[in-house]
Amino acid sequence: MTAPATRAGLARPFLRLRVAGYAFFLPFFLVFLITVVAPLAYAIYLSFFQERMIGGTVFAGLGNYTRAIGDALFGAGLVRVALFLVAQVPIMLLIALLCALAIDSGRLRWPSLFRITIFMPYAVPAVVAALMWGYMYGDQFGLVGQIGDALGVTLPDLMSRSWMLGSIGNMVTWEYVGYNMIILYAALRAIPEELYEAAEMDGAGAVRIAWSIKLPALRPALLVATLFSVIGSFQLFNEPNILQKLAPSVITTSYTPNMYAYNLAFNGQQINYSAAVAVVLGLVTVVVAYVVQIITARREKTL
Amino acid sequence: MTAIADAPATAARRGTHRSAKGKRRGKSPLLTVIMLVMFVYAVLPLFWLLANASKSGADLFSTFGLWFGGDFSLFANIGDTLSYQNGIFLRWFGNTVLYSVVGAGGAALLATIGGYALAKYDFPGRKLLFALVLGAISIPGTALAVPTYLLFSQIGIVDTPWAVLIPSLCSPFGLYLMRVYAADAVPDSILESARIDGAGEFRIFRTIALRLLAPGFVTVLLFSLVATWNNYFLPLIVLNTPDWFPLTVGLNQWNAQANSGTSGAGDATYTLILTGSLLSIVPLIIAFLVLQRFWQSGLATGSVKQ
Repeated sequence: MTAPATRAGLARPFLRLRVAGYAFFLPFFLVFLITVVAPLAYAIYLSFFQERMIGGTVFAGLGNYTRAIGDALFGAGLVRVALFLVAQVPIMLLIALLCALAIDSGRLRWPSLFRITIFMPYAVPAVVAALMWGYMYGDQFGLVGQIGDALGVTLPDLMSRSWMLGSIGNMVTWEYVGYNMIILYAALRAIPEELYEAAEMDGAGAVRIAWSIKLPALRPALLVATLFSVIGSFQLFNEPNILQKLAPSVITTSYTPNMYAYNLAFNGQQINYSAAVAVVLGLVTVVVAYVVQIITARREKTL
Repeated sequence: MTAIADAPATAARRGTHRSAKGKRRGKSPLLTVIMLVMFVYAVLPLFWLLANASKSGADLFSTFGLWFGGDFSLFANIGDTLSYQNGIFLRWFGNTVLYSVVGAGGAALLATIGGYALAKYDFPGRKLLFALVLGAISIPGTALAVPTYLLFSQIGIVDTPWAVLIPSLCSPFGLYLMRVYAADAVPDSILESARIDGAGEFRIFRTIALRLLAPGFVTVLLFSLVATWNNYFLPLIVLNTPDWFPLTVGLNQWNAQANSGTSGAGDATYTLILTGSLLSIVPLIIAFLVLQRFWQSGLATGSVKQ
């Protein structure tokens, strides 16, 4: 480039950077439009129509939505995943937090061995995890039954109506506790050393350091982990869908809202209503995720 | 918050700090025992899988689950699994490799270029675009699956590999991670001096930025790899032909077959499912073990900074 050319257009370097910025962002954005925005828009569009026996597809206004809100099967599924959420997520995150603190404490033998093995189940597909645990719970060559026989006691059937949600909770905990532990551990490693030195100079003990330095530093990471777990709970599909084959009488086609939407579309041919259910589920997820964020932010202010 | 660019330096510093502290305080046997319980919890199901994939069909039902059977049949079982139904398992394995390598590779590349653009170029609307993509993280992916199927069936790509590949190219979380990572890993001064030297923007990205972004890229690649390797819901919906199934959908088809089995044919299938499950988790576990250094430091980026 020659000097006069640059001087001639003062705005040109800025323009060049803008164009380059858009050009670099464009490929991702195109894929984003195709895979997220378009299906979302299409789902919203579909949810406003109804298929009639006579007259074909007609505009239904909010008809599908009022039906979804009053739908007992959908409601029961939502309550079930909400129950799952309030029980499984705190337990899993607490275990993950304790593991991360233990590995970071410097008082544990073989910390890297524990770090990698507890994380390992994350690499196992949910389908394989569900099959494995399902077989272990099951009555054919199930481990639970074998242990009960060996001890001479009858252990509860973990795939019965009253145990199923807890059994799924155990699977999900097994799959994701290590992933959350790694996220929290990474945040712990980023705490500046000066903070520890200052605390030790002030005579703070290990528990005091954990409470006053480590936990506050973990807040952003805990928020990320909580949000992902909340979203994951509402999306619950793989594990119950696999277990359905093993316990068809317990896991119904509407066991979770996602299974309901899936079965409406593919087994019930109610595509428009399924779209409305999916949109409502998405809205509920976004609202709950937002509420979690607000609660966390408020707590931070009061502390 | 600390810059991630100097994460290795921080880790090294903290490492010496840790060992000094460890010497002073000593190891805690109680803590180690508690963590051993977690170790057993994490490993036990995998060991169960290995033990039972190594049993003959008869031993599977007659011997205790947490130890190997009378004869070690793992290799015979692997042979059976690979040859069952004209070797469909190998086909599924190949499909999974195709979907995850192309899908995850593409997703990581797009997220890297896009994240670099958001972090290093000041163009109008970039904040809005980033907020839009962030919002998409909280949309349940499965809520999009049914409309995706309907859209794809209208353009006629349902039941082809494209229907699995295209959706896995989009990783909003990867973009978020790479934007945060690029902000620290690529210093503005380097870009400025390259521009003064007359380098074009694409050349700057290709020769300078890409190298600096490599650890973040590997992290996004690995986690996209897990997401696509383990993907079940989307391929279940968009694929009908068993020849295009990935491992996850294929294994579940065998499971459905085994459980609906009216005769002893179902029982033999269990051995195939167990062996197939074992084979399907080995590659990812190896990938995570080998690439430990990358993903552990890369993950720090996304979780530490908001």
